[in-house]
Amino acid sequence: MRLKRIMRLEARTLAPIVSLFLLIVGTALVVPGFLKLTIVDGHIYGSLIDILHRSTPTALVALGMAVVIGTKGIDLSVGAIIAICGAVTAVLTTTTELHPLIVLGCALLAGMACGLWNGTLVAVFGIQPIVATLILMVAGRGIAQMITGGQIVTFHSDFFNAMGNGFFMGLPSRVVLAAVVIAITVLMLRKTALGMFLEAVGGNSEASRLVGIDSRLLILMVYVFSGFCAALAGVIIAADIRGADANNAGLWLELDAILAVVIAGASLSGGRIYLGLTIVGALIIQTLTTAILTSGLPAQYNLIVKASIILLVLLLQSKVTQDFVRTRVLSFRRSSDA
Amino acid sequence: MTDVNQPPLLSIEHINKSFPGVCALNDVSLTFHSGEVHALLGENGAGKSTLIKVLTGIYAKDSGDITLDGRTVQIKNSLDAQSNGIRTVYQEINLIPTMTVAENLTLLDQPRRLGMISWRSAESRAKEMLARVGLDIDPNSLLVSHSIAVQQMVAIARALGSKARLLILDEPTASLDSEEIARLFSLMRQLKAQGMAIIFVTHFLDQVYAISDTISVLRNGSHVGTFETAALPQTELVGHMLGKDLDMLQHEQGDQVEAEEKPVVLSLSQVGKTGMLKPVDLDLKQGEIVGLAGLLGSGRTELCELAYGAVRPDQGAKSWLGNLLQINTPKQAIEQGMAYCPEDRKHRGIVAELSVRENLILALQSSRGWWSRIPMAEQQAIVSEFIERLSIKTPDMEKPIGELSGGNQQKVILARWLVTNPKLLILDEPTRGIDVGAHHDILKIIRELCDEGMSLLVASSEVEEIVAFAHRVVVLRDREKVSEIVGNQISQKSIIQAIAQ
Repeated sequence: MRLKRIMRLEARTLAPIVSLFLLIVGTALVVPGFLKLTIVDGHIYGSLIDILHRSTPTALVALGMAVVIGTKGIDLSVGAIIAICGAVTAVLTTTTELHPLIVLGCALLAGMACGLWNGTLVAVFGIQPIVATLILMVAGRGIAQMITGGQIVTFHSDFFNAMGNGFFMGLPSRVVLAAVVIAITVLMLRKTALGMFLEAVGGNSEASRLVGIDSRLLILMVYVFSGFCAALAGVIIAADIRGADANNAGLWLELDAILAVVIAGASLSGGRIYLGLTIVGALIIQTLTTAILTSGLPAQYNLIVKASIILLVLLLQSKVTQDFVRTRVLSFRRSSDA
Repeated sequence: MTDVNQPPLLSIEHINKSFPGVCALNDVSLTFHSGEVHALLGENGAGKSTLIKVLTGIYAKDSGDITLDGRTVQIKNSLDAQSNGIRTVYQEINLIPTMTVAENLTLLDQPRRLGMISWRSAESRAKEMLARVGLDIDPNSLLVSHSIAVQQMVAIARALGSKARLLILDEPTASLDSEEIARLFSLMRQLKAQGMAIIFVTHFLDQVYAISDTISVLRNGSHVGTFETAALPQTELVGHMLGKDLDMLQHEQGDQVEAEEKPVVLSLSQVGKTGMLKPVDLDLKQGEIVGLAGLLGSGRTELCELAYGAVRPDQGAKSWLGNLLQINTPKQAIEQGMAYCPEDRKHRGIVAELSVRENLILALQSSRGWWSRIPMAEQQAIVSEFIERLSIKTPDMEKPIGELSGGNQQKVILARWLVTNPKLLILDEPTRGIDVGAHHDILKIIRELCDEGMSLLVASSEVEEIVAFAHRVVVLRDREKVSEIVGNQISQKSIIQAIAQ
């Protein structure tokens, strides 16, 4: 049964995984020591770990984005939410004596409140998701600047330092944290019926309503979840640089997140949620960036190479390409049989 | 009548077309004459659509010849078909709803003046095209502002264009009411008189007899035969289509008296909604099938929606098994044991991206809540049971439902509700747009469910279908209940009289 299911994995599903694998192998050929892992003081170091470390914020934001896109929505405001939550973390740490866990809680609540705002606009007022979240995308950085007073607020906290750059059981603690959040999300979506309901709402909201699914509540929750993911990413980014930069924290991260979801093979018209492949997508994006930087390619080629390789991945996934390859392979086999 | 000695306008000889694993057309030869309405019949999967797509250049034939006016033509794409005068109107209207009628009509060939589109001559050209099909509407009105029937006529107007010789109508009447059908038929007769050859594809046999001169039947990709309509009895035609006899019109009414004494499941008292349906009283008894008859727009669908709670009524009260209850949302209705298959299967029934299994399990899962997911083994057991029970044709249960044929999709949606074991099942047009075999299956299922004690409220535009199964018929007209016909009084004649009064 299981074997059968694996056999049936379509090229569409395999494409991101194969791409990531090829990317890592390709980089390893160009950059010596790319695959090398060393253990210092019980902590694992190496380029691969570095990729995991750096891709954490993107992966978290992409996780929320995958769920939102599955319901036929989109969340453009995640970058701004990252800025807001980073600002909340920094300001509360520098100006109050609150326990870091409470600060973390406040930052996460701020992100979820932002998500609630988006969700209300979409689910209650029926505003198109791209427009509804555009509002916070624009306003959010303003809010973050208000919180920080227009300054880059730096702070010191052992707790946040451990969260941003520390280690847990040999691995970067933020990677472990993100892995836990991802695992819980997968369990929530696949071990309950939540995933199917979300996909049903994304695929056909009217049909879902008629079978008694409360699509309004679900859509509201999805944006709150995306806000939560962005908030966690925001805290991690702030903890990493030990400061909050309202203008640049998480800038353009929403686009990377959307890209990760698309690389996973999800359609922007909703109906399917691929959590695992979305994380693979986020890893592909980060691996590319790291590979380009470590390969010694001049920095100015970075964006173009990145875009080209992502285009290649997307072409590999396209049905047109796959049909073309399939017919070619078939006719090749036929001619070699003959 | 067609002159048989006259050479055919279009003839196809020994056409073959296969897809991986399927032989869609097997050595099909047909001829079409000018001034002839030629009905093309067959179950879903018989090869009608493939044949049409070969004629219109969407598919390339594997072998065979197409001869037009005695010379062999190659139809490689839709442009070839167009230039040979072959025009098609599909069931799903291929127009752009948000554009005006004139823009839709002149989209492919805009009149230009000094390189700019001349809207004035576009408008007058649109008016000419509309006049050909006898439509008197404002060319500058938006297409969506018109009924489906008018949109269909606009589609025909566009297809006719300037030099059409063969018009293919692929299920043009699926969403039209009888008056609109009459209008379409008079247009078809007019075109026929002008020498147009018309290929008419439909599921409605009465319409075939009303309009066609010749009938060709396809079955499993093969040409069964071509007959003169007047000389082919309907039962024989159905026999050709199915390869067997079918007594669809049988009316069993044994449990009539019994149903009278059964308890009332759902009772509507003065339930209505302003602008949608005038207040209606209706009692649905256990084990009873109530048919809803009426023309398109008479309020059949509206009554189903209000009874189920898909739309919240703004007046009246509902009681369920004798208790006055609030049933104003689908969720509340499902909690009580109601189920509803809407008419618009594509937009309100299926979730195309999800698999057959997920679609089938959706209502049951929804009634259990998101937390208590039905274990996969149980899901698979339920799904395979219903695939077998309703003979749903699908290679496996993980196939996206969007890839199934209409009849099989409908069966999955029906199964979706049957697994919830409802006390009352509301079906709005359960047999629309599906082939004769699936049609027969679904009617059979309806009767079985009723025997098991389920109550059914079935809206249908096919009067003979209602006569075949209903214990009681509610007739609607102009969004109002006008009469109720019971027991032995039910006949096609009495229903049609009540509708037409």
